[in-house]
Amino acid sequence: MRRWPAPLRRAAHAGILAPFVLFTAFPFYWMLITAFKQTNDLMTRENNPFIFNQPPTLENLRILFYDTLYGRWVANTAFVGVVVVAITLVLALPAGYALARLAGRWGEQLGIAIFLTYLVPPTLLFIPMARVISDLGLQDSLWGLVLVYPSFTVPFCTWLLMGFFKAIPRDLEEAAMIDGYSRLGAFVRVVVPLSVAGVLTVVIFTLTLVMQEFVYALTFISSAARFTLSVGVPTFLVHGDVYFWGSIMAGCFIASVPIAVLYNFFVDRFVAGFTVGAVK
Amino acid sequence: MSDRLATLPRAAAAPAARPTRLAVLIDRPAWLGGLMIGPAVLYIVLVVGLPFVLALYYSLSDITMGGRTLGFVGFKHFAAVVGTPKFQTALKNTFIFAVAAQLAVMVLGTVLALALSRDFRGKWLVRLLILLPWVAPVSLGTIGWLWILDSTYSVLNWVLEAAGLVPPYGGFMWLGVPHLAMGSIITVHVWRILPLATVILLAGLSSIPQDIHDAAQVDGAGFWRHLFQITLPLVRPIMLVAGLFGLVLAFTDMIVVFVLTRGGPYDTTQVLASLAFFTGVQAGDLAEGAAIAVFLFPLLVAAAVVLLRVARRTEVT
Repeated sequence: MRRWPAPLRRAAHAGILAPFVLFTAFPFYWMLITAFKQTNDLMTRENNPFIFNQPPTLENLRILFYDTLYGRWVANTAFVGVVVVAITLVLALPAGYALARLAGRWGEQLGIAIFLTYLVPPTLLFIPMARVISDLGLQDSLWGLVLVYPSFTVPFCTWLLMGFFKAIPRDLEEAAMIDGYSRLGAFVRVVVPLSVAGVLTVVIFTLTLVMQEFVYALTFISSAARFTLSVGVPTFLVHGDVYFWGSIMAGCFIASVPIAVLYNFFVDRFVAGFTVGAVK
Repeated sequence: MSDRLATLPRAAAAPAARPTRLAVLIDRPAWLGGLMIGPAVLYIVLVVGLPFVLALYYSLSDITMGGRTLGFVGFKHFAAVVGTPKFQTALKNTFIFAVAAQLAVMVLGTVLALALSRDFRGKWLVRLLILLPWVAPVSLGTIGWLWILDSTYSVLNWVLEAAGLVPPYGGFMWLGVPHLAMGSIITVHVWRILPLATVILLAGLSSIPQDIHDAAQVDGAGFWRHLFQITLPLVRPIMLVAGLFGLVLAFTDMIVVFVLTRGGPYDTTQVLASLAFFTGVQAGDLAEGAAIAVFLFPLLVAAAVVLLRVARRTEVT
């Protein structure tokens, strides 16, 4: 059989991967280098854009944090994120456990039904939602987002946690119940502490989903001071003909990369949830 | 029996010596199950189910953003909307955008997943770099592209000029010319969905038992034969899942369009989702916006049906 020699195979492998990595990572590299360039450098077409033609500067970061509402948007996003994480955990932890342990066949069906609601996109719901939110007097308020975001975090996290709880041996709870705990007590004192990894996964995913969300925030929020990151930067920093590209790119990079690195540790669990049992 | 248990030290240390009747009742699996799952189901019904029904109803009513009326007008909006060139362009664009992007994602995702399925040094870093577009907030990543595709300072044009492929100041208006703009939004969407498809396909590839690969090797199957007759058929169900999620995302997404082109130039990149937004929210015509958005619904039903069948099939086997 014709097998290529090892060095050649490795080179071919790298040759296939390199364009992909270039494609996926280049915009982030571009954000990073742009963030530290002087505006003059950026706006001179003759300059080689891949290098610093003028010394790097921190001015863009200063503008971003002192002269724009960026810091405020970070705080808003964090606030919505934390509250939505709390709501998601309160609803999805017991629901995931009930689906994994207490419900029989109908539990399986209900689980799939809950997961399917994750497929219903914001673009179908944002119009009636806008009206409901304004009837509740929550327009232009972060609480409107807090109310709506669990609509996509709860289904997905319930599904994830269900898988988690199924993997915990039943014996542990039964031992706790023989020890005199009620089933609820066994869940609270034995199962939840064993699911720290699952809870952490839910926290990370909920945070990334909240950071990503765009359509609802764009629809419900109108004052600049109440934007979240994902809407504030594209609608408020990018406007008119005056572009502060250095600051904009700094803002995009700061909001993208740290959470991505964190997320990377949990991605296998995310995939396991996404594949709906098509992989055993 | 109870005496024997009582003598055990552990049982003696047990909490709640005598549970109340209510507690016993609540602790029955059926009751407790209902109590634990009830709040989540209720929440989902209220924030997904109710607006969903409202969306269907709004599309048949004469509601506006400020107005208080909610009269029933039947299929007036659908009839009015379907006839407009704006809608027809958006419908056509949606299909071109979603199908082209998803085809590219499936082909590229398969190649990339196969390349990532073997072990090599620095794999975690490569995986992190490939995942970035999926994890970063879409709207922010897309702004990165807005700068890369800028009409005056595009780095792509700089490279083309430096290589002598285009004359100075002869670069492309990536977002300003209809076909180029469509190509740009498709490329950016592929960029954003590719990582998801790749990691899902990767999970499928790694779930194939090694024996099967070994057996194929022993039987002397070459690379291509191994790939097309063993590996790819085995990951077909998972390809279906990845493809379906991608298709739903592509059909319903408006973020890339909103940030890059706002539907322009001359509505040549307008898709149904962005048209629904501009009509329903920015122009305040909720009913017409809802009617446009509801056109996305049949697609979701189809996706849900296929997903259910995949789930059921894997359950049986």
